[in-house]
Amino acid sequence: MSTDADTPDSMTIIAFSGDLDKLWPTMILSSTGAATGMDVTVFFTFWGLFPLVKDDVRITGNDSMTKALAGMNAPGMKKAKLSKLNMGGSGAWMMRKVAEKNNLMPPEDLLDICKDMGVKLWPCQMTMDLMGIEPDQMIDGLGQPVGAATALQAMSKSQINLFI
Amino acid sequence: MTDVNKTVDAKGMTCPMPVLMTAKGIKEIGEGEVMLVEATDAGARSDIPAWATQTGNELIDSAEDGDVLKFYIRKK
Repeated sequence: MSTDADTPDSMTIIAFSGDLDKLWPTMILSSTGAATGMDVTVFFTFWGLFPLVKDDVRITGNDSMTKALAGMNAPGMKKAKLSKLNMGGSGAWMMRKVAEKNNLMPPEDLLDICKDMGVKLWPCQMTMDLMGIEPDQMIDGLGQPVGAATALQAMSKSQINLFI
Repeated sequence: MTDVNKTVDAKGMTCPMPVLMTAKGIKEIGEGEVMLVEATDAGARSDIPAWATQTGNELIDSAEDGDVLKFYIRKK
């Protein structure tokens, strides 16, 4: 849908962070990219994978260490923490209140819009294996889990590549 | 005044909603038809023109009525 060669028509975001304040720009840029006719892919890897776990899944993992890591990372987008001054969740709570007051949609709602607009949401297969996260513990509407080569293939075709 | 085929009310909405609502609205009109987008988010002042350039739709006019930014967009 580009109008000239200088106008980007593809964007890939590597969602590395599971922090609330980083999920927001990821979701805002993805949905806006799709709204401007771009082909948008988000590859969720490492800590970025935890927000794709269903909110009602309390813990993920297949042994004591992966369970401990999941405990520290609170799976589910609604439980995402702030990257700094989270203060046991009160920072994230305040951030959400401020956002609500300013009519900024929460990231989980923006994620739903991203799905409706055809943004490709790719979970990292390796992170799922590493952290013992099962496919049925993850939210609906995601693409097939993929690896680094598939992410790089998308990036090589994108004019905009971001690591958030 | 330009004939308007559809009005998108994004007043009170913040980024990225005005652009997302604009993109949704443009799908609901035909080629050559005009859509009016109303927004109060100051970021929309540059965002809606940027969206129009990116998607190839024509921003035929814009105006400010108090706090309300108005954009007239012709679908290409």
